[in-house]
Amino acid sequence: MTITQDGARSSVDHSSEKRGMNLTLRVWRQNGPTAKGKMVTYKVTDISPDMSFLEMLDVLNEQLIMEGDDPVAFDHDCREGICGMCGVMINGQAHGPQQTTTCQLHMRSFKDGDTIDIEPWRASPFPVIKDLAVDRRAFDRIIQAGGYISVPTGTAPEAHSILVPKKDSDAAFDAATCIGCGACVAACPNASSMLFTAAKVTHLGLMPQGQPERNDRVVNMVAQQDREGFGGCTNIGECSAACPKGISMETISRLNHDLLGALRAGARPKS
Amino acid sequence: MPLELFTVGDPIADTKAPSDVAIGERWSERRFRGRLVNPANRRKMTVIVVGTGLAGGSAAATLGEAGYKVKSFWYQDSPRRAHSVAAQGGINAAKNYRNDGDSVYRLFYETIKGGDFRSRENNVHRLAEVSVNIIDQCVAQGVPFAREYGGLLDNRSFGGTQVSRTFYARGQTGQQLLYGAYQALERQIAAGSVEQHARTEMLDLIVVDGRARGIVARDLVTGEISTHYADAVVLATGGYGNVFYLSTNAMGSNATAIWRAHKRGAYFANPCYTQIHPTCIPVKGDYQSKLTLMSESLRNDGRVWVPKERGDTRDPREIPEGERDYYLERIYPSFGNLVPRDIASRAAKNVCDEGRGVGPGGLGVYLDFADAIGRLGRPAVQAKYGNLFDMYAQITGEDPYATPMRIYPAVHYTMGGLWVDYDLQSTIPGMFVIGEANFSDHGANRLGASALMQGLADGYFVLPATITEYLADAPFDTVDDSHPAAGEALQNVQNSVQRMLDINGTRTPASFHRELGKLMWDMCGMERSEESLRKALDRIPEIRQEFWTNLKVTGDGQSFNQTLELAGRVADFIELAELMCVDALHRRESCGGHFRAESQTPDGEALRDDENFAYVAAWEWTPENEPPVLHKEDLEYEYVHLAQRSYK
Repeated sequence: MTITQDGARSSVDHSSEKRGMNLTLRVWRQNGPTAKGKMVTYKVTDISPDMSFLEMLDVLNEQLIMEGDDPVAFDHDCREGICGMCGVMINGQAHGPQQTTTCQLHMRSFKDGDTIDIEPWRASPFPVIKDLAVDRRAFDRIIQAGGYISVPTGTAPEAHSILVPKKDSDAAFDAATCIGCGACVAACPNASSMLFTAAKVTHLGLMPQGQPERNDRVVNMVAQQDREGFGGCTNIGECSAACPKGISMETISRLNHDLLGALRAGARPKS
Repeated sequence: MPLELFTVGDPIADTKAPSDVAIGERWSERRFRGRLVNPANRRKMTVIVVGTGLAGGSAAATLGEAGYKVKSFWYQDSPRRAHSVAAQGGINAAKNYRNDGDSVYRLFYETIKGGDFRSRENNVHRLAEVSVNIIDQCVAQGVPFAREYGGLLDNRSFGGTQVSRTFYARGQTGQQLLYGAYQALERQIAAGSVEQHARTEMLDLIVVDGRARGIVARDLVTGEISTHYADAVVLATGGYGNVFYLSTNAMGSNATAIWRAHKRGAYFANPCYTQIHPTCIPVKGDYQSKLTLMSESLRNDGRVWVPKERGDTRDPREIPEGERDYYLERIYPSFGNLVPRDIASRAAKNVCDEGRGVGPGGLGVYLDFADAIGRLGRPAVQAKYGNLFDMYAQITGEDPYATPMRIYPAVHYTMGGLWVDYDLQSTIPGMFVIGEANFSDHGANRLGASALMQGLADGYFVLPATITEYLADAPFDTVDDSHPAAGEALQNVQNSVQRMLDINGTRTPASFHRELGKLMWDMCGMERSEESLRKALDRIPEIRQEFWTNLKVTGDGQSFNQTLELAGRVADFIELAELMCVDALHRRESCGGHFRAESQTPDGEALRDDENFAYVAAWEWTPENEPPVLHKEDLEYEYVHLAQRSYK
């Protein structure tokens, strides 16, 4: 692909017409949560640089089915980087070499002849279902512990009766863009879910509507992530570096601040 | 029209809206007249909700809060994945915060007009009324909508309207609204009022003594097929745009739940009404698995154009102003780039058909932000549309700040769906259908930012209020697997799963899906004709025949088997595609997203035929080899007068 100085591809360059790449894939195969897994090597040929990473896996799977083999199981859904369903380790990096979701990673990030290692998220609270698909319901249980504002349908006041400074609303939005993909946990050497939890604590804690439950929310969500078996946060920052939505480490500072305040105020997790 | 394609049955009508009072009072009157269920009785009643998008998630949470026992089903790992998450632009509400002349009546009027006079007045008026409550609810939940410096909510404009009534959260409004509903749902799961069934797919409906009493579902992880019972069943399983294989829907979005309910007796309304969204990233290659939408909100500031001359392959930045055709501004001066979606899409198709399209294959038009960047500055454009620009750059490898984006229409939404009455109840008593899965509010064309509005209106406010009338007679007699209807449904699912595994042919489910999708796009896409539809109707039975004799699914039914999941969905898409083509063929008029080549005005706009087609086409399933039965619901316009739509 020809990239002009300002980064734009020339409009007459149809890179899809370029010759495809030949790649070696080493894929984690594991036939169920308790089965023993191993890396298995496959070859794919004529891969277009305009393909998404998942479209490349589609090619592999169509090939495997036609050969009578079991296709590689992987989670995916929206394929536009917002549902958070996809996510694999690519050459040891969560979602691969770019800071995006696996579905938005394109094969132009690789070159002909590359060998690519593909593995599932590795963290004990995310047990493998099959191959690259893992169970991330632990995240839902952290939300259940307090990641909400209690407002039954129909009880809300008129929207403009709640003013939110733009600065706070924007910062809350930034935290609220977390898609719950689990890359933060996969990237963390401790398999900590702190960035996920902190994103929700920050989002709701910055809004006036979130204040009444702020103390209970943080203590209960932190207690739940401990119960799920996620590791402790040691401020390494791999989580934020791998986060496709760029959730900031500041959210973790905010969580720690809130947690300390809540504990000092006497808030204790529900048992 | 040869008789064998369909037969005409008795007309159908909504009997639930209280038509004896003025339209503005019908919804409150309906709520008053409907029977209620007292709080102590609610906990004795079970409601199944399938799907956890904006409609299903909000309905399950609200019913749980009200005290019913709710069983919630979804096919992904978490309810937060539902494809509502991908809606970008915003949600309409008649708040009139901009003091620009908006009102409930105006939103009602514009939605009826935008739908090209093919929707039901009563439902649409209610939608407009409820819209204001949705914003209140979502703000209280902490949804971080865009705000002004004074702390008030911001609005923007969308297609088909001349007021600013769209509330938004940057380009991720659907995500933020969905998380609001998701968090409310998780709160109810924690409270024990909602029982969760993750990674579980509904594969049949159990109808006992004429009432929907449960579902057959498959656990996608273990492969276990099981029955689940309730006093009422709510389907909130979204649209069927993936019939076209390439669409902006999620890969897993499917028609299986509504289609199998259709085969149990629920009428399917207006299946041919498909929305082709004008601003999507163009197709790049055969390997392509899905298309990505660029929010319509981009048309607020972006200008759509193509070169005046055919075959002009210059870099767009080198094409002088005088040699560009800003065709939407030229043809539709009063709405300009903000014409409704169906009109913008066909205009793009027309300029490309003329040979003035840009990019690979000539299937694209420019969406240019150079003026906006010049006028507002790059930071302002970035703040409004940053995530959309990033997404475009990620997918295409081009920098949209530096060079115009290329866009082309793609299948996005389906206005058709299961027929429901004013109470959102289908033709099967006890089965309700909400959100995109029903047909109710958008007529032949949905306006931008109205899908989120409808999903949340149905789930938070409408269904929880109307279902009480039905549940007032509950709880019904206990049903279990020993009931013949339950046993038959269970056996039916087990058989069809086994049948797909046993074929062991030579073609993958994806290859059938791709073939079907291309056929539908070519023959039943942006423009349909008698000829193209007949071709499709000749070909689809052949595809179905080959599917059931030459399908290849590896693995077994007792494990996590994504190929098997897809095969089941494709089987249903093939059957639904046939009904879509029959519906499109029988409707010999153009309206909204349904453009029949034979029915156009001299200047190429959609030409409706109100005398013959001002009705909802509700189709009844008949056993194989018998033609479907058409039931007509006449559309009466008491308030908005039928008129030729004009956005000029």
